[in-house]
This record gives sequence, C-alpha cells and structure tokens, in this order.
Amino acid sequence: MKSDRVLRVIAKLMIPFVLVFALYVQLHGDFGPGGGFQAGVILAAGLIFYGLIFGLETTRRIAPDWLVETMVAAGVLIYAGVGVVSMLLGGNFLDYSVLARDPVAGQHLGILLVELGVGVTVSGVMVTIFYMFAGRAGREPGED
Amino acid sequence: MIALQLPALQVLLPLAAAPLCLLARRSGAAWALALATGWAVFAVAVALMLQVAGSGPISYAMGGWAPPWGIEYRVDAANAFVLVLVSGVGALAVTYARESLARKIAREQHALFWTAYLLCLGGLLGVTVTGDAFNVFVFLEISSLATYILIAMGRDRRALYASYQYLIMGTIGATFIVIGVGLLYLMTGTLNIVDLAGRIGDASLARPKLAALAFLTVGISLKLALFPLHLWLPNAYAYAPSVATAFLAATATKVAVYLLLRFGFGVFGHSQVFSRLPLGEVLLVLSIGAMFVASVVAIYQADVKRLFAYSSVAQIGYITLGASLASQTGLTASIVHLFNHAVTKGAIFLLLGCVALRVGQPTIERIAGLGRRMPWTSAGLVIGGLSLIGVPGTAGFVSKWYLVLAALERGWWWLAALILLSSLLAVVYVWRVVESCYFREPSPRLAQAPEAPASMLIPALALAAACVYFGLSTGFSVGGAAAAAASLLQALP
Repeated sequence: MKSDRVLRVIAKLMIPFVLVFALYVQLHGDFGPGGGFQAGVILAAGLIFYGLIFGLETTRRIAPDWLVETMVAAGVLIYAGVGVVSMLLGGNFLDYSVLARDPVAGQHLGILLVELGVGVTVSGVMVTIFYMFAGRAGREPGED
Repeated sequence: MIALQLPALQVLLPLAAAPLCLLARRSGAAWALALATGWAVFAVAVALMLQVAGSGPISYAMGGWAPPWGIEYRVDAANAFVLVLVSGVGALAVTYARESLARKIAREQHALFWTAYLLCLGGLLGVTVTGDAFNVFVFLEISSLATYILIAMGRDRRALYASYQYLIMGTIGATFIVIGVGLLYLMTGTLNIVDLAGRIGDASLARPKLAALAFLTVGISLKLALFPLHLWLPNAYAYAPSVATAFLAATATKVAVYLLLRFGFGVFGHSQVFSRLPLGEVLLVLSIGAMFVASVVAIYQADVKRLFAYSSVAQIGYITLGASLASQTGLTASIVHLFNHAVTKGAIFLLLGCVALRVGQPTIERIAGLGRRMPWTSAGLVIGGLSLIGVPGTAGFVSKWYLVLAALERGWWWLAALILLSSLLAVVYVWRVVESCYFREPSPRLAQAPEAPASMLIPALALAAACVYFGLSTGFSVGGAAAAAASLLQALP
C-alpha cells in the first residue's frame, strides 16, 4: 500500500493526531471518559495504521520487538510498583491516599500512575498481537 | 508491618515477578527468579495459616477501601489451607523443573514459560485468597489464560489441540461463572462474599437466585472437571510439559473445588438450597459416575499420563462425593482428599516427568522394565499408586477412611461399598503400570537409560514421601481440613 499516494498522505496527516489523542485520553482519564486501556489501544492503533501503510519492517524499526516486549512487562511493573510504594508508605496495597500529603492529591497521583501502567502494557500487547499476525503472513502454513 | 500486608503479598509476589521473568529473558535468571518467588510465596502462605490459627480470620482492605464497598481479601481456615497446598506444590514444581525444561522446551521459550507459570500461580492464589466474587472471576481468567499457554508449550503437536479444547471449555465455564456472579449482584447488590452470604437469605428461592446457583455450579464444575464435564482434562494433562501437568493436576482443579465449596456452603448455605433442592443428590450421582466411569476408562489407556489423567477425574469424584454429603465429616473427607490427592498426583506426574526425560511420552510399552533401569523413579510411582488405591499407611487411605465414615454416619452402607468397589478399579489401573515397570524386559529405549538427575528426583520423591507421611501423621491434613470444613459449614443450620 506504500505506492498509493492518497493513503500515504492521509496516514502521515492523521497519525500525529492519533498519537496526541491517545495522550489526551490517557491523561484526561480521571476527569472524563477515557483511561489507560483506551489510550493504549489508540496509541497502538496509530502504530498499526502506520504498519499497514508503510510495511512491517519500517514499523519494526520505529518500535523494535525488544521495546514492545519491555513495554508489556513495564506497564504491569508500574502498576504493581505504585502498590508497593503505597505499602512502604504505611498504607494498604494500592492505597493512593498515602502517596501525597493531601489524600485527595494522593488519589489523583495514584490513579494517574496506575493508568499510565495500564496504557503502556495495553499498547505493548496490541502491537505484539499485530506483529505476531503480520509476521506470519509470508510463511507457508506448517513451515513453523 | 509486613505481617499486616501478607494477604496482598500472597498474590502480589507472583504477579509482579512474572513481568520480571519476561524482562530477564535468560533461562537461568528466569528460573532463579521463579524459584525465589515460589518459596517466598509458600512462606507467606504458611505465615498466613499460622496467623489464622492464632487469631481467627484476617480481612485485608485492598486500596484502603473498607469492605463491603472495596475489594476484600479474606483468609480463614478454609482458604489458608488451600493456599499452603497450592503454593507448596508450586514451589516444589519450580525446584524440580530446571532439568526437565532444558530438555523439553526450546531455550528461548523458558522465560515465557516461567512468566506464564507465575501468572498461573498468582491467579490460583488470587482466586483462593480474595473475598470478592467478581475478583474471583478476574483471577480465574488470569490463571486460565496462563494455563492455556502452559499446556500449549508441550513438545507434542497435540498439545496445541488440547490447549484449544481447554480454552473453549474453560471460557464457557468462566462465562457461566461471571453470569452467576452477575445474577447474585442483581439479587443482593453486593459482590463481597461475606456480605453476599448475609443478604442471600433475605430473598426466598427466587428465580435469579436459582439461575445464579445453576450457572455457578455448572461453570465451576467445568473448571474442576466434574464428570461428565471433564472432557478437556485428559488431553490437557497428557500433552502439557511434565512440570505444567504436575502443577496443574495438583492445584488448578483443587482451587476450583475450593470455589465450589465456598459458593455452595459459604454463600448458598445461608439460603435453603440444601433442604429444598436436590443439589446434594445430583452431586452424589455425578461423583459416583466419575469414580466408576473414569476409573474404567483409565484402565484402557495406553498412555500412562492419560491413564493418570483419567484417574484424576475419578479422584475428583471422591472429593465432590464428600461435599455432596454436606456434613462435617463429609466435608472434612472432601477437603482431606483434596489435599491428599494433590500431593499424590503431584508426586506421580513429577515422577512421570522423570520417565519422560528418558523415554519420551510415557506409554505402558515404553516404561517396560523401568524398575530395573530407574529404581527410585519407579519406587516413587508405586508409592503414588498405592496412595491412589488407598492402601493403609498412605495418604489415600486417610481420605477414604473419612469418606467411608461420612457415608456410614448417614447409614448409607451401599455408598461405603461403592467407595471400596471403585478403589478396586484403581488397583487394576495402577497394577498395569506396576506390572509393566517390574515384570517385563526393559524396552529398547530404556536399555541404556540412567536414573533421572537428582535435581528432579529429590523434589519428586519428597512429594512421594509426603504421601506416606500424611498417611501416618494426619495432624496437619485432617486437622486443617476439619477446621476448614467447620468454617465453611458455619453457614448451614
């Protein structure tokens, strides 16, 4: 699809907005609709869109396998890490109130960080699934 | 301070170690991490059990939100016992696994295997420790998804099919469970299990409550492979990697049984289900079906792993049989057998992993002459077999003793006779294995085979020794089970 000029131009125009929108959904999640899961999916959708137009190889150069795999693990660790920090500060697991001096600010901070973890893992997983399916396309069944 | 955080740590440790394993990438590092986590989790479970024994049930408010609004982790005599069992077998299986994995699974997949293993362990512990009905579903899915991966990692290509089969059945089961939980929420407006138990008595036997009970029972029965919902189990156990088979056989179905007891007695015990519905009778018939049909099918298996997989279905029948009697003795028998069978089957499948290392997929033909070439392994298998039959001096005898007691308590002589009759079927299938091991010339594959490496034999034989230990000293197993049964039965009048 790389040869189609219309697709290429539209993709280049749209992808930056998709990525910014992902950030908006990510950071706005605690005030309005949205959150880590949706943001992760939107971010991954931007990357997958790029992959569909410009090919798997180019996409893998931007987001190499090691990076995507690390994202899958890192998000969970961010989530668990917030819980561990709140335990160390004397609260229960994932008790955000102890994260800041003011409990309300602590709740804000906690949910923001946890959602960040969710976003990182979800986008990592989505891109991994895309790589897995797209990577198989050239191979004959049973060759594996 | 750490003592207060134990319920969260029980689940947090494996779930946080899983992504670290993925990041470690290297086989040795991932194994070391899994090993450390496995034993740390076991230590936490033991500490929790001691705490519960000392000062009664523990309630832990996740995120500081007080129950019943927030998610509560609740440890009482019943689930503390299951936690110790699951984490203990989990730790032993990791200790055993290094050599077996090195030969059976491609090196670059080891880190993935340990990630899935820890996720599965974390999920199973989560199902057990949580006091929130929806949380149960979430953890069940975590453990199930990880289980599908573990099974699919078997070398045999049939492992993929087995995993897919389990995926379909398991997903149906999980869907039924979440529908059941949803209906309970509809009726009571709460998801906290203790709170549910308190409120469910209010509404009489309304339709949604019956539907919830039906969905939960069928869904959980799929997970615990209650006859005739067991069809996914034989293939899954036969073709999964040995470590995974041993771990799953000893823990996954047992946690599902715990769930059945928790919902059956802990929640619905407060309504009049047992007096007004023939639930016990249905369970009784299915259990007897499992004991006989699965044992007979086991006799005709050529593959030893499949043989013992069918035997698992039969043994689960004994566990649910005890539960169907709905008495203190019956439930004690059920939980004791849950424990004893986990120990026995864990030992047998770990030892079969040693055999598989030398002969590939173990069939009756291929294990001919095992007694001469691998004396320790086959001796362990014999002990496990005796425990399955229920020979005095082994763990299996203790559970069958209590089952017969529970049947006699009701005055059901015929049931006691059926329990003994079905044990004779176990004699037949265990004898087929023993006969092949000791009374035949070694098969060509075994002719040069040395004994399995010590790193695998020691954990496996430790479990086999536990079969004997718990057959002679019943303080921990029967004591723990009786306390668990009493805490579950508090609900019943």
